[in-house]
Amino acid sequence: MAAPLSPVESAPASAPAERRPKTANQAVRIGAEPSTLARRLILGIIGGIFLIPVIAMIEFTFRNGLAGDYTTSHWTGLFSEDSARTYRGLYQAIENSLVLAAVTVAIVLVLLLPTMVLVHMQFPRLKRTLEFICIIPITVPAIVLVVGLAPVYSVVVQVLGGSTWTLAFAYGITVLPYAYRAIQGNLDAIPVKTLSEAASTLGAGWLTVLWTILLPNLRRGVLAASFISIAVVLGEFTIASLLNRRNLQTALLQVSQSDPWVAVIFALAALALAFVLLLIIGRLGSATPSRRKS
Amino acid sequence: MSLATAPAPEQDGVELTARHHPRVALVKPSNRRRRLAYAGLTPFAAYVLIFLALPTILAVVTGFFSDDGSLTFDNITGLFTPTILATFGSSFWLSGVTAVIGAVVGALICYAMLGTKVGGLLRTIIESAASVLAQFGGVMLAFAFIATIGVQGLVTVILRDTFGVDIFADGVWLYQVPGLILPYVYFQVPLMVITFLPALTALRPQWAEASATLGGTRFAYWRHIAAPVLAPAFLGSLLLLFANAFSSFATAAALISQGSQIVPLQIRAALVSETVLGRENMAGALALGMIVVMVVVMWAYSVLQARTSRWQK
Repeated sequence: MAAPLSPVESAPASAPAERRPKTANQAVRIGAEPSTLARRLILGIIGGIFLIPVIAMIEFTFRNGLAGDYTTSHWTGLFSEDSARTYRGLYQAIENSLVLAAVTVAIVLVLLLPTMVLVHMQFPRLKRTLEFICIIPITVPAIVLVVGLAPVYSVVVQVLGGSTWTLAFAYGITVLPYAYRAIQGNLDAIPVKTLSEAASTLGAGWLTVLWTILLPNLRRGVLAASFISIAVVLGEFTIASLLNRRNLQTALLQVSQSDPWVAVIFALAALALAFVLLLIIGRLGSATPSRRKS
Repeated sequence: MSLATAPAPEQDGVELTARHHPRVALVKPSNRRRRLAYAGLTPFAAYVLIFLALPTILAVVTGFFSDDGSLTFDNITGLFTPTILATFGSSFWLSGVTAVIGAVVGALICYAMLGTKVGGLLRTIIESAASVLAQFGGVMLAFAFIATIGVQGLVTVILRDTFGVDIFADGVWLYQVPGLILPYVYFQVPLMVITFLPALTALRPQWAEASATLGGTRFAYWRHIAAPVLAPAFLGSLLLLFANAFSSFATAAALISQGSQIVPLQIRAALVSETVLGRENMAGALALGMIVVMVVVMWAYSVLQARTSRWQK
């Protein structure tokens, strides 16, 4: 349906320098690139050092208290019958975090995405303003924002109640820079104007243009924005902790005081999940020719 | 954008032009549609106002009020007491040290990745790992380092039992500010890889070739061509790393439960304190201090970034 109109599919990235090994060797000889040996050494040593904390975490989950020997009971305990009862608080917190991630993604899709498309098509002059707004959360970090969020949330609680999902309004702000960058990269890579003009000429209304032409072309950016939002929300601690809400991270810190092994197991699982999500984003990104021309 | 069914009759002129030059119609839509389009911007604008602008203003303004709601500069002058200044000092020190280490090690990784295939397996894995680890702040990172260099940590135990080195011979420093250096470096290096890699890969192979053709050595190429081109990007990334460490809260909160040695921990203390009255407004003053630092750093970053993008076109 959208495939013939989608320029994203065609024309693989032209990267002549990386195609021809001859050029690459020459680049090594004149010093523009590291030799294979140097590359392996650097990446191997630094990568190895960065693996140590992860290995230490895995080793820790098999420790039998301070006894010095090893046990698998921390892992098996998770799958035992009463694990649902023992770790009820933790499971509840995971559920909270998943709901928060879903609502945050919804905010990105319902509020940010249409605004970005609208600005791109109708108000090109506002593009800089929108970009500026979307990167403000980098300058106003969560620890600063939370000082002002406390009074705002005392009103939010009166209006919407005190359920955890309302925290997603704050998270929608924290993910703005990431989501903006992911969607904008995709918007810049497709000829929005040409596509929508072509569709309009053929008699399509704006809703049809948005739904059947633009969204299919933007799916990579939208997916990347959603995944990075999920990863950020699952790792968020500052706002939840200082507004006294329970999410995955605050619960992990609490559990770690009574059962550090299980806390570390869940931390490892969250880390693995985030890695998979971002690996998918990486694959999505590498399939588009949208990166900067060099 | 339905041009064929443009509603208002008085727009005929525009519509005619539009048939031949659709772009004209897109740039100058009818007033009604224009108003409708503006209306489309309001939900996002309202959202940003309530949850970004309002909290930011509140955070800054509360610092100027006393507990009973009267205007005061006590909180602001409170920023310049020795305790708070020392807190800002150790925040600067921690952010500076980890930014420099992160920038140098991260740049080394970026160099090692020169010449790897864009979208290739190695590149994708390293980029994804960098994205994860740059996000890997917080509680989980604190766990990782307690498991590694905690009192009973894997590395601590191996060093002590096998090599006879006691890293905590002078006392346990992991739960103090020096203990934050290694965890912070752990997320600074990946952030450097993410921000610096685009600049480094934008170096054109032709420049090295031209230099070599003219008899330039490797050193001459890196010293006289690559270094000046990369300098703004490197310094910009360094500033971003500084800002990142300066505003980081979760790792410190999870590691340091006693005392408030860095600014974000001071804010926590001011927010949750129930014993000292009027401390909540002190949080506002501290937030203002942090924003001032962040605005200066990020402004310098954007200036350097503008210089960098010149070479990436």
